[in-house]
Amino acid sequence: MNGNAPTGEPLFGLREMELNFGPQHPATHGVMRLKLKVDGERIVDCYPIIGYLHRGTEKLFELHPFFQNVPHTDRLDYVAAATNNLAYVGAVEKLVGLVVPPRARYIRVILAELQRISSHLVWLATHAIDIGAMTPFFYCFRERELILDLFEQYCGARLTLNSMRPGGQPYDLPQGWVERCGEFIAEFPAKVDEYEDLLTENRIWKRRTVGIGVLPPETAIAYGVTGPMLRGSGVDWDLRKALPYEAYGEVEFDVPVFHNCDTYDRYLVRIEEMRQSARIIRQCLDRLPDGPIMAKRPRVLKAAAATEAYHAVEGPKGELGFYIVGDGSTNPYRCHVRPTSFMNLQALPEMSRGALISDLVALIGTVDIVLGEIDR
Amino acid sequence: MTGEPEVVTTTYEKLYNWARRSSLWPMQFGLACCAIEMMAVLDPRHDMSRFGAEVFRSTPRQSDLMIVSGTVTEKMAPVIRRLWDQMPEPKWAIAMGACATCGGPYRTYAVTQGVDRVIPVDVYIPGCPPRPEALIWGLLHLQRKIDRTRSRPVAVGR
Repeated sequence: MNGNAPTGEPLFGLREMELNFGPQHPATHGVMRLKLKVDGERIVDCYPIIGYLHRGTEKLFELHPFFQNVPHTDRLDYVAAATNNLAYVGAVEKLVGLVVPPRARYIRVILAELQRISSHLVWLATHAIDIGAMTPFFYCFRERELILDLFEQYCGARLTLNSMRPGGQPYDLPQGWVERCGEFIAEFPAKVDEYEDLLTENRIWKRRTVGIGVLPPETAIAYGVTGPMLRGSGVDWDLRKALPYEAYGEVEFDVPVFHNCDTYDRYLVRIEEMRQSARIIRQCLDRLPDGPIMAKRPRVLKAAAATEAYHAVEGPKGELGFYIVGDGSTNPYRCHVRPTSFMNLQALPEMSRGALISDLVALIGTVDIVLGEIDR
Repeated sequence: MTGEPEVVTTTYEKLYNWARRSSLWPMQFGLACCAIEMMAVLDPRHDMSRFGAEVFRSTPRQSDLMIVSGTVTEKMAPVIRRLWDQMPEPKWAIAMGACATCGGPYRTYAVTQGVDRVIPVDVYIPGCPPRPEALIWGLLHLQRKIDRTRSRPVAVGR
């Protein structure tokens, strides 16, 4: 069952065949297209073709003032809107030199970690459904709805949150929110155990994931892979620990690292991350400071001429960064996104060479791509 | 005579419409953010199977409803047209969300300003993205529309 067995001899001694995979395919998680070179069932090579969701977002950033760009960041990685907000407002704050009040920093961490859990739940649901397990979908979306309820009570939206502003938070936490969030966080680790009951020791799950898509640490680093993909390859690198931003320096949590570099270990990393996120939220709720939620700032932000800033956060999928250049006006002169999925996708051909076509479905799932972020 | 009636009289038209609207098979085809809400409509809270439309098919040849869930780009538009052509008649289309309706927030060089430039749309659902409840509203709206369909005369008993 080793999907990455060395190819060597052609399987049937026939010619290699080109196979088109997507853009409409249930396993591509959006509109990605793969051009496969296959020899029987074995993949000889794989070329991702992207751009089917290119919406010109980076150009739109230049047409709007700094504040109005926040909603556009929601729609990049639409499974993790709060994280996108966080990276963007962090870059703007660096650019114009704003200091965020402590309460806002804690609220941001709570939102970002809830978003991490919800993003991992979508990943687990779709990954499991691709491999053939239907039940985790219903389990995961059950809890995800509860998180979306919390988001909705905070900012009125479920998916595209628009929940942060340069300089602080637009709203304070509504009455009773801390208690509701606390109840959810208290129950959540038991729910993660339920998902693990379904999958972790499941024989089918293990045969579809163990040893599939091996990504050695040096290859992962060479491709710029970050996030759970990198930590599943045994590299202990998490921006929350390495370059603490917001309130991450003040909370305790572990960074799960597994060393087998395969799809199964990347699954274990994300499962453990959900538990750690719950732990972070618990601490933030307990220590939530009082005070203002917005820094003193002008009504219209202007960046000084010829300034630049890069700010990266550890998103659910890995390092998500925004690079903004100011030219003295109210708009960014240029805003470049460092999309996590785009970098992680580059490792897909590397992982899929020699794998079976049916393993490719597991491999696309394990990369956890979002096309909105890749194509922008 | 007791209990339920044993004979029901209806017209072919009503029977056809009833059968068609009660078991719409959407195509499993997510484009962007709205696709996440389209997934949420299948979850235990919203459960679209209550309305007979939960059988998402992976191929256009088995589906009769296309939910265009997300931004249609110039690169994707020909693909959508081809998928639409591959679906067997009778078929319906729902434009889910602002992007599929009119391009939404993306008035750029890359985005088709509404999927109705490529395929005929039956129901437009506003929202960015629409809530799952809104998608259910759109589905019920489409069902009412199908109920009003006047069929061509069908030759029977030849």
